[in-house]
Amino acid sequence: MSDFPRWKYALVALVLLFGIIYALPNAFPPVPSVQVLATHGAPLDASVKQKVADALTAQKVAYSGLEIDGDHLVADFPNADVQAKAADVVKAALGDDYTVALNLASTVPGWLRAIHANSMPLGLDLQGGVHFLMAVDQNAVVDKQEERYADDIRALLREKNIRYESLTRSSQRGQGINVVLRSAADRSAATDAIAIDYPDLLVQERSSTGDRFPLNVTVKPEKLRELALATIRQNTATLRNRINALGVSEPVIQQQGEDQIVVELAGVQNPAEAKKVIGAIATLEYRAGIGYPGDPRAVEAARTGNVPPDANLYYERGSNLPVLVSKRIIVTGDELADAASGIDQQSGTPKVDVTLSASGAKKMLDFTSANVGKPMAVVYVETVYDTKIVDGKEVHIPHTTQEVISDATIQGVFGKQFQTTGLNSPKEASELALLLKGGSLAAPMNIASQSVIGPSMGQDNIEKGLRAVLLGLGLVLLAAAIYYHLFGLVADIALFFNLVILVAVMSMIGVTLTMPGIAGIVLTLGMAIDANVLICERVREELRNGSSPHASIRAGYEKAWATILDANVTHLIAALALTTMGSGPIKGFGVTLLIGILTSMFTSVTVTHAITALIHGNRKLKTLSV
Amino acid sequence: MEIFNHNSNVPFLHWRKISTVIAAVLMIASIALLFTRGLNYGLDFTGGISVEVKYERAVDVGDVRRALDEGGIENPVVQSLGGSRQVLIRLQPKKVEGDAAAAGESASTRADKVAASVMAALKKDRPDATENSHSFVSPQVGDELKSDGSIAAIFVMIGIGVYLWIRFERRFAIAALLTEVHDTLVTLGVISLVQREFDLTVLASVLAVIGYSINDKVVVFDRIRELFRLSRKAEPEEILNRSINTTLSRTIITSLFTGITMAALYFFGGPQVHGFAITMLIGIVVGTLSSIFVASPILLWLGVSKKDLMPQTKDNPELARRP
Repeated sequence: MSDFPRWKYALVALVLLFGIIYALPNAFPPVPSVQVLATHGAPLDASVKQKVADALTAQKVAYSGLEIDGDHLVADFPNADVQAKAADVVKAALGDDYTVALNLASTVPGWLRAIHANSMPLGLDLQGGVHFLMAVDQNAVVDKQEERYADDIRALLREKNIRYESLTRSSQRGQGINVVLRSAADRSAATDAIAIDYPDLLVQERSSTGDRFPLNVTVKPEKLRELALATIRQNTATLRNRINALGVSEPVIQQQGEDQIVVELAGVQNPAEAKKVIGAIATLEYRAGIGYPGDPRAVEAARTGNVPPDANLYYERGSNLPVLVSKRIIVTGDELADAASGIDQQSGTPKVDVTLSASGAKKMLDFTSANVGKPMAVVYVETVYDTKIVDGKEVHIPHTTQEVISDATIQGVFGKQFQTTGLNSPKEASELALLLKGGSLAAPMNIASQSVIGPSMGQDNIEKGLRAVLLGLGLVLLAAAIYYHLFGLVADIALFFNLVILVAVMSMIGVTLTMPGIAGIVLTLGMAIDANVLICERVREELRNGSSPHASIRAGYEKAWATILDANVTHLIAALALTTMGSGPIKGFGVTLLIGILTSMFTSVTVTHAITALIHGNRKLKTLSV
Repeated sequence: MEIFNHNSNVPFLHWRKISTVIAAVLMIASIALLFTRGLNYGLDFTGGISVEVKYERAVDVGDVRRALDEGGIENPVVQSLGGSRQVLIRLQPKKVEGDAAAAGESASTRADKVAASVMAALKKDRPDATENSHSFVSPQVGDELKSDGSIAAIFVMIGIGVYLWIRFERRFAIAALLTEVHDTLVTLGVISLVQREFDLTVLASVLAVIGYSINDKVVVFDRIRELFRLSRKAEPEEILNRSINTTLSRTIITSLFTGITMAALYFFGGPQVHGFAITMLIGIVVGTLSSIFVASPILLWLGVSKKDLMPQTKDNPELARRP
């Protein structure tokens, strides 16, 4: 009689099947491709496809596939060299309205993709590309906030007619703003005023000397922490916007820790190009509008090129309609303190709340007082430096994008706070808020580390990694079969399935495969056999002690299980610590090890037990081949 | 097939004085090495610029150094990367004065320029040189990693200690931790002795060695617990010795199997994982030896006994009251 319950057989069979299906996509290697995306509302249809095909044929670039997939066009190429050449050809043929990105197109069959079975994304070390670690200067955030609050308090005290002797930022960063007042009454009035208007500030009275009544105002620590987080989020969002414009497919832009951002661009070989985009300067300008997007005057100006002398002609982002905007700048982006999207209580439409700094508020108040009912536009100016080699020298050519991201009518007189309503969707509102806030970086960043990995090296690494995995696996399979005979062969089957399930789980979670990850897989395979060694040694021991074969198997598994559990839990603790290590390579290794320990516990114990029970189950046994 | 005599009863604990003295000496020597010679920290930790270069034909490290010298590159560290066709060139960054943000930006831009000039110098001497990759790391990142690594190692040890305390007993946790510290230090000591480059993958490997070696110890400890519970008159020394002997075959076979895979990784996995594989191999040897010769003597000295290990149910007053 078999002591192995039927449901466990079913479980093993089911898990093995899932493992095979979800590991399968990795058997289809992706092919180098070029991906074309339309921007500025340009169409992406059969005519574009024809244009690309013609350009490629004209330049004698061989392609193996060309099709429109949803909102983008994908062309496949036999190798990376052809791919790079093709990208240049396509870029030249289509012009500025399309972004052309190097990509790896999946060759996984549709039915597998339909059940979300995808291959593991490859890390940069296996694919080639550039990696940046950006460090955000959080000190600049503190500086900016303290300066802004100093401005605001100055304006507040003036407004409340509280006279002060001096108002300065503390010489030490983060120590707040020192206000010196002339009397105790003034001081308490100032304390109250600040506390009411700025709940995020902490006001403390300092000991007074003679006629000096000092007050120390600091930003509350929780507010500072919130600001720091908002800063890095905003920088990440800004980077993402910019990198999308660069035309890199599937870039990795991740926040790491409190002040670092990881940027990984697969396929990019020239870090200078990427660096220019990352370091681009963007500004926002609130300007007086002339007319509305798409109104006859603007269309006329766009058609004839006759733009009134006091105006600029821009196009509106999204709709791509021409709009005339006055050259007069009301407020610039650095005077914008905050922008947040929400729903307007009165009309129920999406809105964006904007807060200006004290100096910006004054200018806005002056302008709106005189211009109710007239339009106001937000112009977004981004300068990116293109690097080109001219006569063997690097030349930086500024490339400026200017567009109107919002155009609205001034409904009333406002200053510090106002809102833009009448937006079409909450998505549009949040995008506008993000653009307003994120147009420029919230804090300066510098590149803390950078690496460039050549594409041939990636290919080399994949081959070497695969060889190491297969060879390591093969040798262990051989050794186990020789040393433990039939039980060794059973363990071999389990070990092979361990590799399959490990790959399946990693693919399902979407773990990026890196070289340290491959090392983790090899190590996992080497250590997964430990459970089987424990079981086999136990079974041998039981046999020596005179137990019957069936009893030996049962006792062997039972006794070994306690040991396997303890050994694996301790090992799991070690793997867990590795995954918490923020940095890339160690984390990849740790995640692989963690998943590997869990899968190996299943395959080494449950799967081998199932197979052993299947082989020995209903037979009378005199000996065991172990 | 069996390599080990299952009736063997090697008196491992009989040699406990010698074995622990050797372990202590190794540990002290390792600490001394770490303080005097230190670790040969890689780019990940020191910061700087590294360029990996591949040649079509075999190249001599000395020739590469000479070519760089002629090209005016100062103080490069040239290492061969597995085989004779790939070399790694490292350059320490010079301190940049002034604004931190500006310095960081210019340093990374300069890294590209330095990499280009390194390649130019090499190509002049040998046109078959091609750049595989280059990277730049600011020293601040390195310092952070060092402290992160130490924190992770301490976290692992404490976590494992707590688990063993709960599942086994206080003495087992202490013995495992002491042996663990020994294994980690000796592994680091060997790396320091041979001056192998200590980079992130080696750090990952050292942490994995902690996991591997604890695995080994737990298997022996598990058997000790089992034998204590089973035997009527339990002489600690005899029980411990029997536990080591019965698990000896498993200890060595598992080390051998894991060793095989790491050797495969070392010989075929390419230069990126050399450090990882070699560290793991060192760790496997140290961990296996300490499981046999060090962990149990410590356990014996701590005074492990049968009554500490009997299942908790025995303490149940309900049961005790029964006749």
